[in-house]
Amino acid sequence: MPGTKEIRAKIASVKNTQKITRAMQMVATSKMRRAQERMRAARPYAEKMRTVIGHLTEANPDYRSPYLQVRDTVRNIGIIVVSTDRGLAGALNANVFKQTLMLMREWQGKGAAVKLCLVGAKGLAFFRRLDAQVLASTSHLGDRPHVKDLIGAVKVMLDAYRDGEIDRLFLVNAEFVNTMTQRPSVAQLLPVQPIDTEILAEHWDYLYEPEAAQILDGLLMRYIESQVYRAAVENVASEMAARMVAMKAATDNAGKLINEMQLIYNKARQAAITKELAEIVGGAAAV
Amino acid sequence: MADPHTIHVDIVSAEGEIFSGPATMVFAPASQGEIGVAPRHAPLLSMLKPGEVRVQTPEGPEQLFFVGGGAIEVQPTHVTVLADTAMRAKDIDEAAALAAKQRAEEALKDRTDHISQAEALAELARAAAQLKVLERLRKLRA
Repeated sequence: MPGTKEIRAKIASVKNTQKITRAMQMVATSKMRRAQERMRAARPYAEKMRTVIGHLTEANPDYRSPYLQVRDTVRNIGIIVVSTDRGLAGALNANVFKQTLMLMREWQGKGAAVKLCLVGAKGLAFFRRLDAQVLASTSHLGDRPHVKDLIGAVKVMLDAYRDGEIDRLFLVNAEFVNTMTQRPSVAQLLPVQPIDTEILAEHWDYLYEPEAAQILDGLLMRYIESQVYRAAVENVASEMAARMVAMKAATDNAGKLINEMQLIYNKARQAAITKELAEIVGGAAAV
Repeated sequence: MADPHTIHVDIVSAEGEIFSGPATMVFAPASQGEIGVAPRHAPLLSMLKPGEVRVQTPEGPEQLFFVGGGAIEVQPTHVTVLADTAMRAKDIDEAAALAAKQRAEEALKDRTDHISQAEALAELARAAAQLKVLERLRKLRA
């Protein structure tokens, strides 16, 4: 039976750990709420953007933007993988990476090469071990990602698409279903899937400043950026939710551990007292 | 739209909704010069330059919003301003793209940092544990 002092030290240390995990849980809870709000705030922009692009493509059937054209042969694909910067978030990143690997294998099976764009430090650490071709990366976006931190990385992929270096572009991130559930989601960014809008009552066209083609490409670029931004924000919400659950489990486990150790400690203490008593009684009897 | 003398204005950016409500007149810095939009304006689509969007609300003062660029869509009954949150220019975007590429290259070249740091830490922890065991053994033998 270990000494009472060691057990007491161990209990104190587990209690400290529990304090940390509980604090992390609470921080994650409040950050998750804020991230969810940002997710909601990003929605109107994407919706308005979809409507405008829908109108624009309908009004201009003759201009085919490279971002809308579907290429028949796919030699290379691009994947934007959104991951977290920090760990302690359960299996969140592992699930996203697993999904990405499945997507990679699927396309490699069809003979396409894969080029990656990594958002988040964890993705960088994972995929660099795989010797995958990484075109661009950005990390340390913090709990409040900004569009301006993503523009560069997204532009690399858009340029690669326009120059024919990639023929499809996918986006993988952790989808926030609810607090308990986050699942990896795969979405195709390029070519932009046809957007269906309400049928316009009569044919009309905009006045353009400058040309329609230029505006359409500019809008499509922003549309894709806004989708990557939404993915980044959603990923933060998922990260916080996953961390919250993971830290709650850790706090509960620490509690269990403390209870068990407290029992052992009590037994050890009583055993020591009994032993001392027996010795005193024994000593007295000998005298 | 119920009231023919106003036009509904939505100003949104990727990071949030900025303004939504009726207006009697809207001014925006279009790429070819400032434009004023009155209710029942012809459909128009234009890119915006960085500048201010002014919205005259029916009940009160003019409201000012700064936009870093973006696009404006005008329809007879509503105006949508899709504002950029960041300053955009061809060379700024180019520089950002270059930086993203460089980060990827550096991270791939520099295989030593994070992973090996984590490995080194794990190694250290293992060594410390071994040392402890050795010390305990020595005590037992002594």
